[in-house]
Amino acid sequence: MQIENVDVGPKPSAWSLFLIFSRIGLSSFGGGLSGWFYREFVQDRKWMSEEDFLNGLALSQALPGVNVKNMAIWIGYRLAGARGAVAGFMGIIVPPAIFIILLATVFAALTEYSITNIALAGAAAAAIGLSASMAITTAIRVPRRLLPWIFVVTTFVAVGILQWPLLWVVLGEGVLSVGIEYARLLRKGA
Amino acid sequence: MGNILWTLWGVFAPLSLVTIGGGQATVAEIHRQVVDVHQWMTAQEFLNTFAIARLAPGPGSLLVTLIGWDVGGLWGAVVGTIAIFGPTAFLIYAVAYVWRRHQGARWQLALEAGLRPIAAGMILAAVYVLFMSLEGGWWARAIAVVATVLMMRTRLNPLLLIACGAGALSAAHVAGLV
Repeated sequence: MQIENVDVGPKPSAWSLFLIFSRIGLSSFGGGLSGWFYREFVQDRKWMSEEDFLNGLALSQALPGVNVKNMAIWIGYRLAGARGAVAGFMGIIVPPAIFIILLATVFAALTEYSITNIALAGAAAAAIGLSASMAITTAIRVPRRLLPWIFVVTTFVAVGILQWPLLWVVLGEGVLSVGIEYARLLRKGA
Repeated sequence: MGNILWTLWGVFAPLSLVTIGGGQATVAEIHRQVVDVHQWMTAQEFLNTFAIARLAPGPGSLLVTLIGWDVGGLWGAVVGTIAIFGPTAFLIYAVAYVWRRHQGARWQLALEAGLRPIAAGMILAAVYVLFMSLEGGWWARAIAVVATVLMMRTRLNPLLLIACGAGALSAAHVAGLV
């Protein structure tokens, strides 16, 4: 089934995607990369719908692999096909990988100052703002029905509070939740 | 040398396949492999390397790049990076490809609708764990809350936000509050 592209607006080239992912990869101190992606591609540039982004985020979380890298490939592919996927993958990994090695060679000098660690703790605290706003956006978009919210809450409790292994939580809850949605769509005749 | 590279691959490629959600969940296993099983590093060396990975921007799993660098130099870094990021890249690529081909299919709508609550729960849990483990006490927590409100309400540049966070906690430290 071939469908037309539902996203609106001009599409970036693979090269410009590589540069954007590199910039995010090199400036995202303290983490929260999904939040950076959301701000860049959905809110600022409007290259991607929120719906499309959140679907990619859900898949990136559920599939094996570092989810930041999954998300970069998803966004790259949606915006510029196979070349975009490669651009996303290379951009989010290669420049930060080179940077981290350079950092490691000067690190011994840096850690001697406790202020480095304090500044890092402050950066990490602020970066929670990115992750948390991403989390809130994701939660707001969960349909206001009982069952989906049971899955939100039980996943949160299992992973965040009980610290159960993610693999089994995602498998168990995922199969159940997707199965229920499938049955619901069948009933609706969708 | 070739031996070390194969061992790096053998340790991290399988690990990449069981990494779900953030890379954080695998840090304990990486620690076990690097310090206990292969004795590439002492526990203190591992902690230092972990600290650099946290200090650096980009994906936290670049920790593996650094381990590869320490253990096997340039090629160690390359092999470690490909091992932790590579194998699963094909998986998400295949999914993105199939998604575009079958847009609107019932199984796809069910997967999207079914996985989104799980993802929301996982992301909320990750934020909760990060928040509870923040260094810098109530000052750091206050920064996190203010940053969240600013991100939700304004179009502030994230880099500026992070620089302000780093500056604010440093200032509190200098003032003797942290």
